[in-house]
Amino acid sequence: MSSFWSAWIIVLTLPVLIGCAILLTWNLKNYVGVPEDQTTGHEVDGISEINNPLPRWWTYMFILTLVWSVFYLAAYPGLGNFKGFLGWSSSNQGIKSLEESRLAVAKAVEEGRNVELDREIVRANEVYGPVFQQFAKRDVLDLAYDDDAIKIGQRLFLQNCAVCHGSDARGQHGFPNLTDNDWLYGGTPDKIKETLLHGRKAAMPGWFDALGEQGIKEMTAYVLSLSGRTVNDREAEAGKAKFALCAACHGADGKGSLAHNLPFGAPNLTDNIWLYGGSAGAVTETLTKGRNGVMPAFKQTLGEDKVHILTAYVYRLAHPEQSAAAQ
Amino acid sequence: MSNKNHHDKIERSVGLLAILTIVAISFGTLVLITPLFFMDETTQPVDGMKPYTALQLEGRDIYIREGCVGCHSQMVRPFRAEVERYGHYSVAGESVWDHPFLWGSKRTGPDLARVGERYSDAWHHAHLMDPRSVVPQSNMPGYPWLDKNVLDGKHTARKMEVLRSYGVPYSDEDIAGAAAAVQGKTEVQALIAYLQSLGTHLK
Repeated sequence: MSSFWSAWIIVLTLPVLIGCAILLTWNLKNYVGVPEDQTTGHEVDGISEINNPLPRWWTYMFILTLVWSVFYLAAYPGLGNFKGFLGWSSSNQGIKSLEESRLAVAKAVEEGRNVELDREIVRANEVYGPVFQQFAKRDVLDLAYDDDAIKIGQRLFLQNCAVCHGSDARGQHGFPNLTDNDWLYGGTPDKIKETLLHGRKAAMPGWFDALGEQGIKEMTAYVLSLSGRTVNDREAEAGKAKFALCAACHGADGKGSLAHNLPFGAPNLTDNIWLYGGSAGAVTETLTKGRNGVMPAFKQTLGEDKVHILTAYVYRLAHPEQSAAAQ
Repeated sequence: MSNKNHHDKIERSVGLLAILTIVAISFGTLVLITPLFFMDETTQPVDGMKPYTALQLEGRDIYIREGCVGCHSQMVRPFRAEVERYGHYSVAGESVWDHPFLWGSKRTGPDLARVGERYSDAWHHAHLMDPRSVVPQSNMPGYPWLDKNVLDGKHTARKMEVLRSYGVPYSDEDIAGAAAAVQGKTEVQALIAYLQSLGTHLK
């Protein structure tokens, strides 16, 4: 705040307080000229006005509020740029970017200022920080079978992941099932963590322009045949002839990008696990309009330590039993 | 000082009483509100902020029309519990181009100040059509008609011109391309575009 506006606030606030005090003192006087409880002489329709001043105890409370206001303005930030002798503030002010916010926190600590939010966070970090640091040091495969870590992981999952993947993690239309050990971007701890930290963006284009209605029909037949469904063979053959379009991501064998070490997240089409439904209608829609699944990034929201525990939880979902190798 | 006469005069003259009352209460406005119109903290945008695109702006108007602000605040308060859940607390610089701002005062649903990029577009679509399809315990109403209503963009450019007169930095190209940018989009697409923009400048 510029010094002009700071002065503006001070110059307007203090006289108002003094004015209130003067008004109050003035009104404590008996200015009607008759003793208390006596009629003032005004009478209308048989009702007479009696000198009935405010109760003393009530006006004293008014004085207390004035005393409080003086203490408050001296102790807390209120009078323009004056920060108050307690140096207290609710949060760092005037932030224009996250970087500025971080610097402001550091500066407040350095100056020993009493910023309520920063102190709350420091206090919480003292309690919870060591817990998360303990877990951060341990391997995901180890944490996945640690009851405490899994309890924390479950909380994190329910608060952050369940809205899409469901509270049982079995997914729903458009949001992958995490319990079936079938992965789009990889199910190793490293890959799961990468997905959680940075998110994923799938890009299946729509093929209507390239294939046309008949072409979509044929491709649908071929895609369904890959997972062993009974289809019109002639259509499937025609679809197979054009599968080169799909092979760039799904692989020539349709086993998906993961099987070919490619990072596209293109699903395995041969395993009868369907993200957007495996009916002829659903596959036709996918081929016609394309699909653009998005997994949001959680690095900012949760931070690396929590993501580490969440990785273990997600890994455990797909591997409920600890394998002999991990033991 | 003859107190009696002064007090009597004010009590008996309604006009004078009204004037003095306005003078008395105007101190609060002068001290608490006036400086905010001139402070950098409240008039300058946060770093890298961009005004709403035409589609986001239409989405914002749908947010207002459907009364979302009645149940969702857009104000992360500076408490640890809120900062942990939603992200960095809201600052004034994020709202300088909002006319009116939609901070809200009621949280039947969660705060939305930083909902942008938190969920996928597909999730928002499913959630707006039928909230219980993705959050079984939700008591939010569904908004299926948003998927059917198509924007015509008739007033989009005009809205942007009005906002520009309030100081939102729209360029002539922004305004010229406004109608084309929203035409044919559904209301739900606009609303999702708006939601995905919320709070992303301080993230």
